[in-house]
Amino acid sequence: MIRLPLVLFFSAALFSIGVYGVLARRNAVLVLMSIELMLNAVNVNLIGFSQLWRDLTGQVFALFVIAIAAAEVGIGLAIVILIYRNRETINLDEVSLLKW
Amino acid sequence: MSSQEYAFVVLALVGTVSAVRVVTARNVVRAALYLVATLASVGAVYLLLGSEFVGWVQILIYVGAIVILFLFGLMLTKAPIGREALDNRSRAIGALVGLAILAGLVFLIQNAFAWNDPKVELAQATSGAIGEAIFRHYVLPFEAVSFVLLAALIGAVVLSRKDERP
Amino acid sequence: MVVAFVLTQEEVAEAAGSAGLTRYAWVIALLPLVSAALTLFFGKRTPGRGWIYGVLTVGTGFVLSLGVLWHFVTGGGAHASAVDWFQIGSLEMMLGQYVDGLTAVMLVVVTAVSLCVHVYSIGYMHGDSRFTWFYVALSLFTAAMLNVVIADNLFQLVVGWEVMGFCSYILIGHWWEEHVNSSSAIKAFITTRIGDVPFLFGVFVLIAATGFTTSNIQEIGHLVGGEEMARGTVSIAALLLFGGAIGKSAQFPLHVWLPDAMAGPTPVSALIHAATMVAAGVYMVGRTYEVFVNADPWVLQFVGVIGVITAVGAGLLGLVQDDIKRVLAYSTVSQLGYMITLMAAGPAGRNAAFFHLFTHAFFKALLFLGSGSVIHACHTNNMSEMGGLRKPMPVTFWTFLIGSLALAGIPPLAGFFSKDELLVALEHDHQIVLFGLLLFTAAVTAFYTARMVLQTFFGTYRGHGHPHESPVSMTGPLVFLAAATVAVGFLGFAETGAPFFDWVFLEEPEAITFVPWVAALSVAAAGLGLLGGWAVYRTWRAEDPLVALGSAYTLLARKYYLDDIYWKGIIRPIRDEVAAFANWTNQVVIDGVVNGAATVTRYLSGGIKAFDEEVIDGAVNGLGQTAGFTGGLLRYLQSGNVQRYAAFLFAGVVILAVIFTRI
Repeated sequence: MIRLPLVLFFSAALFSIGVYGVLARRNAVLVLMSIELMLNAVNVNLIGFSQLWRDLTGQVFALFVIAIAAAEVGIGLAIVILIYRNRETINLDEVSLLKW
Repeated sequence: MSSQEYAFVVLALVGTVSAVRVVTARNVVRAALYLVATLASVGAVYLLLGSEFVGWVQILIYVGAIVILFLFGLMLTKAPIGREALDNRSRAIGALVGLAILAGLVFLIQNAFAWNDPKVELAQATSGAIGEAIFRHYVLPFEAVSFVLLAALIGAVVLSRKDERP
Repeated sequence: MVVAFVLTQEEVAEAAGSAGLTRYAWVIALLPLVSAALTLFFGKRTPGRGWIYGVLTVGTGFVLSLGVLWHFVTGGGAHASAVDWFQIGSLEMMLGQYVDGLTAVMLVVVTAVSLCVHVYSIGYMHGDSRFTWFYVALSLFTAAMLNVVIADNLFQLVVGWEVMGFCSYILIGHWWEEHVNSSSAIKAFITTRIGDVPFLFGVFVLIAATGFTTSNIQEIGHLVGGEEMARGTVSIAALLLFGGAIGKSAQFPLHVWLPDAMAGPTPVSALIHAATMVAAGVYMVGRTYEVFVNADPWVLQFVGVIGVITAVGAGLLGLVQDDIKRVLAYSTVSQLGYMITLMAAGPAGRNAAFFHLFTHAFFKALLFLGSGSVIHACHTNNMSEMGGLRKPMPVTFWTFLIGSLALAGIPPLAGFFSKDELLVALEHDHQIVLFGLLLFTAAVTAFYTARMVLQTFFGTYRGHGHPHESPVSMTGPLVFLAAATVAVGFLGFAETGAPFFDWVFLEEPEAITFVPWVAALSVAAAGLGLLGGWAVYRTWRAEDPLVALGSAYTLLARKYYLDDIYWKGIIRPIRDEVAAFANWTNQVVIDGVVNGAATVTRYLSGGIKAFDEEVIDGAVNGLGQTAGFTGGLLRYLQSGNVQRYAAFLFAGVVILAVIFTRI
């Protein structure tokens, strides 16, 4: 018997750490990693509730999230590599053309 | 506190600490490895909660494929390896926002649920049942997701092609 | 035939129930107005170039006028009707008609003479380049005169009066290419205008004296007669009204325009200056006679003096003219002087004056049209280039002779009866001096008439052309007028009942008696004059025999130096000095004020411009600069840094979550 709030706290912690990582990291790949953290937090939430209500919907959804996350990482890394090819850098501070 | 709970708390702590190290590591490869730890602990949590299929899928996909992708990406973009400042100047705002989100979520959780009441019962979620759910009730989302994966595959290939200008 | 028309007043008043044709007398005045408009718009396209409208309408008017007169012949009474026109304060302006015997007689005269002139002009003005316009002016003039005749209030009379003045200007100056003609037209217009100013003031005085209630002539007549107005006011009004008559009827001292007005075409002279317009002054005095009668006696004495000066003076001037039309012009002025003199002799004199006006219209128009026929044939106005025309132009000769005898006052023609009435009236009023002077003038009239006839029609032809008789359109009216001259005299003859005086009377019709010794005196005077003329002018002499009179002749030839006095004393100073002063005032004083105001405005506008530029533009520009400044600050949000955008995004989410969970 695991108390639900613990699961949820875990998920919240992972999520906020992921947010910090998205906002604070310079390297684009590291930003993508932080996004993965956030997705996993969401998944934990889903699984937790799924087991609570004995509803398989949550787990199916979690599977879909994993699939989407995989696709997203693939595309994201392709874009990062293209940026690296063009700019010789994936430092997000230096990839800021759309500014005043 | 039951034994599952203990196990869960341990796994959670491991995952959280690893996550913190992901976002604060100075070495990008170490960050990737800490990510492995985090993902693995999350997978273990799934197993603990009784979702065996999702748990193993987690290990397979995330730890097995996605982390490898990240490592390849780091390698191809010549991510600097070594002690170097990898955090940008808006760290403080990031921390602030993160803490705000944490606070908000925690507040919501403890507002919504009593501490002792909802207890997640361990239940066996067999793969067969999940398969049945996917292919019977959620077959359309499944097909859609397969399209997305196809598009991502083709897109990644197209994006990564070298220019063939003479 | 004439006797049958005489009925007692009482019998007839019961018999005459309705107003008969008099109710529609205003149609007679309106018809020529219609034809003026028609001729103006359609005349050029009508075959014959538009004379048909004028002839038809005036002809119809003539027939209707006879009908109106018939109403009075059968003993009918006067008729008045009016419609509202407009109102000024307490004064109601009406448009109306007052038709009594006098009006009927005047209607017949005006339409008859106008008809003759319209027909005559078909031939006389044939080929003229402004033929159509001539007929427009003729019709308009006829309409205005008829309006004066039927007007029941002073205001309407003034309107017709002024339109007539305008039309006479147009018509005298018909051949304005010659400077002489346009100058004559201006002289006529301005001189009559000088008389019109006191006339207008007289009208104003009368209206004011009624307390601004009415301008109706009959009502004013009652008010002056009823002694509600101060005698002094009435006298002033009468004097001022007479001023208009002096101008319009060419009395001394404003007679100078009429001889020069002979510069216009002869039909114009016949219509305007013999029979109608100049008679309007006399008519007006007769219409407003109550005012004159109830004024101080010196007013009427003044009228008489002016009249007799005019009669005698103009008569003498007729002796020395070479231009045949000028002879007739001075003759007209002299005859008008007769009529005005008669006005001074009380109601009987008034009636006699109207009778003379009635007859004079016919034979003077006849004389003018006859002279036009002669001028048309000889292409000259001067009698020294005529002579011996009785053989080539018989109709013209005989009708002219009839007219001349009437003018001289030979019985049984019209002129005799009317002159006789004049003298009778004067004798009744015991005006011995006037009697004597007018008798003398009758002799003079006969003298110059004889001169005129002898020099024109007898002797040998002294000109260069080939005179021949005029076309029927010209001789027809001559015959008609000659017949009228013969006939109408009997309308005023005492022995035939004198029906004319049953129609034209002031308070009551009067009994006319025939005074034989007066008649004998007038015939004697006329005969003396004719004989004298025949004696002097029987044979043509190159130099006029009257030159032998020496300085008297020079005085007459220079028209008593009146024209020179007017020019040197009045016209030139006004033109040269007064006008120059007025010009200086306008240029320096008035323009100076206006320009000064403009300069001040310019300075003020400079100040306003500064205000507009500094303050208002400053505010507007300031708004723009603020917007730019704020934008310059806000643009730093666009850092291009994706993570910063993400930070804002998440912060926003947190804030929204807080808000939504709180609310």
